[in-house]
Amino acid sequence: MRSYLSDRMGAALLMAPLLLFLVLAYAWPFLGVVKWSFTLPTPGLGQYEALLTDDLVQSVFIRTLRIAAIVTVVSVAAAYAITVVWVRGTPAQRLIAEFCILVPFWISVLTRAFGWVALLSNRGLINTWLQAIGFISEPLALVRNEFGVIVGMTHFLIPFAVFPLASAMRSLDDRVLLAARGLGSSRMRTFWTVFVPMTRSGIIGAAMIVFVFSLGFFVTPAILGGGRSVMIAELIYLRIFQSPDWGLGAAISVVLVLFVGALMALLFRYVRPKQLI
Amino acid sequence: MQQPGRAAEIKAIGIGKSFGSFRALDNLSLDIGRGEFLTLLGPSGSGKTTFLMILAGFVQPTEGKLFSDGVDITDRPAEQRAAGMVFQGYALFPHMSVEANIAFPLKVRKKSAADIKRRVGEMIERVGLKGHEKKLPAQLSGGQQQRVALARALVFEPGVLLLDEPFSALDKGLRGQMQAEMKRLHQETGTTFVFVTHDQSEALALSSRVAIFNHGKLLQVGAPDEVYDRPDNRFVAEFLGEINMLPLKGVRPSGNGSTGLCEDRTISMGCKAELVRGDAILAIRPEYMSISGEAADGENGIAATATNSTYLGAATRLDLTTRQGAKVTVSVPNEVAAAALSKGNSVWLTWPAEKGFLLPHGGQ
Repeated sequence: MRSYLSDRMGAALLMAPLLLFLVLAYAWPFLGVVKWSFTLPTPGLGQYEALLTDDLVQSVFIRTLRIAAIVTVVSVAAAYAITVVWVRGTPAQRLIAEFCILVPFWISVLTRAFGWVALLSNRGLINTWLQAIGFISEPLALVRNEFGVIVGMTHFLIPFAVFPLASAMRSLDDRVLLAARGLGSSRMRTFWTVFVPMTRSGIIGAAMIVFVFSLGFFVTPAILGGGRSVMIAELIYLRIFQSPDWGLGAAISVVLVLFVGALMALLFRYVRPKQLI
Repeated sequence: MQQPGRAAEIKAIGIGKSFGSFRALDNLSLDIGRGEFLTLLGPSGSGKTTFLMILAGFVQPTEGKLFSDGVDITDRPAEQRAAGMVFQGYALFPHMSVEANIAFPLKVRKKSAADIKRRVGEMIERVGLKGHEKKLPAQLSGGQQQRVALARALVFEPGVLLLDEPFSALDKGLRGQMQAEMKRLHQETGTTFVFVTHDQSEALALSSRVAIFNHGKLLQVGAPDEVYDRPDNRFVAEFLGEINMLPLKGVRPSGNGSTGLCEDRTISMGCKAELVRGDAILAIRPEYMSISGEAADGENGIAATATNSTYLGAATRLDLTTRQGAKVTVSVPNEVAAAALSKGNSVWLTWPAEKGFLLPHGGQ
């Protein structure tokens, strides 16, 4: 009993710095943001009413949800493919997959966003090549729009989708796959009717993580969207730093935090935390 | 393995399998008869499971040929062989109901919905899972999961059913029940069953023939009483149950059998001394030996002293040492054991001539 208590004390002490930091740097200031949302410019629910009527805020919300949904589908699909290779490939294939998954983690989000600009812009590599081989005459609009934002975000988020998927694929019993083949099922059919359904928890976990991350994206949409494809985080930034509209910015922040909180609660109803690592 | 509803006849010729430098299976030739219940028996790592996986098509042999009903299937992938297979741990589809699990092989074969419904219904009835159709595997007991696995493997009427240690996860009572059920399913379906186990009593109880494996080699194939009473070598003799071994000198043919000298007494055996001459090992199962006050002339018997006894309920296991120091174990009625122990001096061990058999001296 004593050692159990002291273990718990020890664990609490080990976690204390992080908890303290989160409270001081996030929770406490956020309470201030909540306060602004009800008091600026005048006390009351005015800012939340504005949220419901402001066309710009609503179109940005809808765009954010749309981009997050598309990015989620594309990232999880791409991550699924690479994870299959990473978990079930030959040793050489695994090494290559691991390299592809880990390298993006070592390069900053800013660097990667500018990398995509260099590739996708009108005078970027892709457009100049396509023009050089005569495939197109006018440059394609690949960046400073939603397409560019989706490409950049997907690239950033694929590795985050890999881990819950890998966890689900690793815990799968190989004999079940052998059983399916032994019962006459082709490899393709076994993949779709047995392998994919059995990794459902990983797919849900990966989709939730990517979706929640997507909602708060700032740097990538700001650079690759070029101000024309504004997402919710950038809108908050604009309200707070570029127009004296702190109350509305704060109200959007509160709604976003509540929305993400609700999604996380939903996620943990279906997936155990350890399945996400 | 290709005509549904008809038991398959399998022929393995010179099958070998190497994993790197490890020789898992060596030059195995075996005929598996139509509708027979063949058990592959051996300790772990003996090659029995590797052979089953080769039959299923999950493992490709390094050399040799495999025929099913006369057709070469050596290179045919598992999904086209479609042997029914029951795995260790059952390998049910955890995301599918009992019904969907059993329907799987029929859906793969693109049977009509009505046909699937009828055959799945019949199979569920046959294995006693009525009322559990909609449950997921995780909601079933071990025995019920076992039934689902059997139903799923038999529903498409495969020519052969392969079973990989299907009872290893069940407790003893349930295991006996499932064994009886499997025997019944074998009789009802008439399908060829190939069953892997390391449990020799299970093998002897269930099979029409037993194939004994060790170190990647097939040592002997035969009916249960054949391999038990007349093992070809020491490993088979010892693996199938307890056995007493006595050194024998001057073995030679005599009449329909043979004779030899054991501890200065002439011993006669029902078997011919075809392969062994001179020195050999005389092997007798403990249950065939009895204890007497004396051995008559011409009767097989040697003198021994009881050293230890273990009460087993129905009988007593008695350990004895012969005059020349050989250890012998017998299983005798409780009162016989008590009498033998109380005497303290020597008793006679006797056995019928046809129950003793010869093994080559030393090695296997």
